[in-house]
Amino acid sequence: MSLDVQAIKADFPLLQRQIDGERLIYLDSANTSQKPAAVIEAVDRYYRTHNANVHRGSYQLAVEATADLEGARAKVARFIGAPHAHEVIFTKNATEAINLVAQSWGRANLSAGDVVVISDMEHHANIVPWHMLVDELGIELRWIPIDEQGQLDLTDLDRLLDGAAMLSITAMSNVLGTINPLDRLITAARAAGAAVMLDASQHVPHMPINVGRLGADFVAFTGHKMLGPMGIGVLWGRTDLLEAMPPWIGGGEMILNVTKTGFTTTELPWKFEAGTPMVGDAVGLGAAVDYLEAVGLEAIRNHEVALTSYAMRLLTDRLGDQLHLFGPSEPAQRGGVLSFTLGDAHPHDIAQVLDQHNVCVRAGHHCAKPLMQVLGVGATTRVSLYLYNDESDIDALAGGLEEASAMFAL
Amino acid sequence: MPGLEDLYREIILDHYRSPRNRGELDTPPASRTEGFNPLCGDEIVIYLILDDPSKGDQAIVTDVKIGGQGCSISQSSASMMSVTVLGKTIEEVHQLTQAFKSMMSIHEHDIGGDGSEAEAGVGAVSGVENPSDAVSLGDLEALRGVVKFPVRIKCATLGWNTLNQALDDLLNSSV
Repeated sequence: MSLDVQAIKADFPLLQRQIDGERLIYLDSANTSQKPAAVIEAVDRYYRTHNANVHRGSYQLAVEATADLEGARAKVARFIGAPHAHEVIFTKNATEAINLVAQSWGRANLSAGDVVVISDMEHHANIVPWHMLVDELGIELRWIPIDEQGQLDLTDLDRLLDGAAMLSITAMSNVLGTINPLDRLITAARAAGAAVMLDASQHVPHMPINVGRLGADFVAFTGHKMLGPMGIGVLWGRTDLLEAMPPWIGGGEMILNVTKTGFTTTELPWKFEAGTPMVGDAVGLGAAVDYLEAVGLEAIRNHEVALTSYAMRLLTDRLGDQLHLFGPSEPAQRGGVLSFTLGDAHPHDIAQVLDQHNVCVRAGHHCAKPLMQVLGVGATTRVSLYLYNDESDIDALAGGLEEASAMFAL
Repeated sequence: MPGLEDLYREIILDHYRSPRNRGELDTPPASRTEGFNPLCGDEIVIYLILDDPSKGDQAIVTDVKIGGQGCSISQSSASMMSVTVLGKTIEEVHQLTQAFKSMMSIHEHDIGGDGSEAEAGVGAVSGVENPSDAVSLGDLEALRGVVKFPVRIKCATLGWNTLNQALDDLLNSSV
């Protein structure tokens, strides 16, 4: 089944915007996605009709706001196949979700010499929290390398996992587009006795996931890349692990009792949600989940594979050997993320030329500097696709890239 | 939207394609200073030799080489800068730096000392009298159009900030 992209585009107010009389071509959804009117209106409706602080007031509004927050949690839980809604912790973003695990689970379970395994293709959000524990606790960080195709090189996986306490790894690279073999990774980590966390920020928005069946212990992702508002992310974790973990941020909402001599924490999920939560953002995320489910994750995935395939073919045809595309050559093995270099043109200059054509792409290191070092480049240009992109967007991109290539030839 | 011709003047592309004073110097006698733009990953490496650091701000830049990688704006700015500062005293380099930053709409009182020039540039008051306006920037004037593209101001100033860091380090180490 193919998507009716014209109808989908019409659902996104920002995509109707024109700059200098020309339409906007948004190819930066791995950075942040645009929002459908249904999401914007849900947030608007919350503040217009239900806004009150949650879990506190006894009046009607407070009851409604609490139901909005917990209703959004239930939607997210169902969407990712979580066995229990209380396993869905709302955070500020995926970065905070990963930091929650590093700071809470990590401090309780790791000590000097313990091993955490990550990979060469991680986002800084899944590197720096572990570097902080290297500095603080003296843990050891091991890196799974990548091969020429931008896939994980699993030759030494068992050796790397030997004695490891945690495997924390991206489900899909935000630079290479590589979709990692989660079953194999999780099975190997389990066999080694390591806990598993997935950074699913690029995965959850674009293809179905079922955390209940996956076998990971923690899954982190963010709302704003999946049509939701900025300011809300999710940590899913297994109940037994979350219950055993100490609190991370202390304050209101997360306590059962407080005295002058101490405190006791409340139950999940609120134990990890100190302070007033982002109720409006949660409502928006719930509306985003509704939108994605109505379109269908399978259909979105199929659309992105087809469009990625079209883009790889067209750009290769039009730009020839000027184009160096990173990541797997087989579109079905990757998400709709295309990072590349183009002849002698620097990514910033390419992005600047594209901007003149209202084509929005990301240029830089994509918060993955260790990966850039492995790839031997300082920066790449990155095009990323979503359900509202179509072939005409790719055609406009190709034209702009031809212009940039000619302009910056040495 | 300002046009690309405002940004990519021919002399800028010329310095990008044929960067001047590109390379390395032996350390010592040269100093080596790295500058990074954390937002985009661009980096500039400056190798610098002064005739006599003990002369303070009257010390003369006798050799400079530029390494690193980055976009046409950061690389051409550093290339033109290297040509301009060669043979100048540190005092003159500081005046040039001030004049260049002023052209980028960055005024010293706007700078928080943490490299937050781009933000300062956006809201900077234009038309403020600045004594360094009298300093001739020569070819560097070609970069004036960068100010219309606020996110690129950091590209243009990367080399200058790195050079000033290099000078500070050299002078401090000679005290």
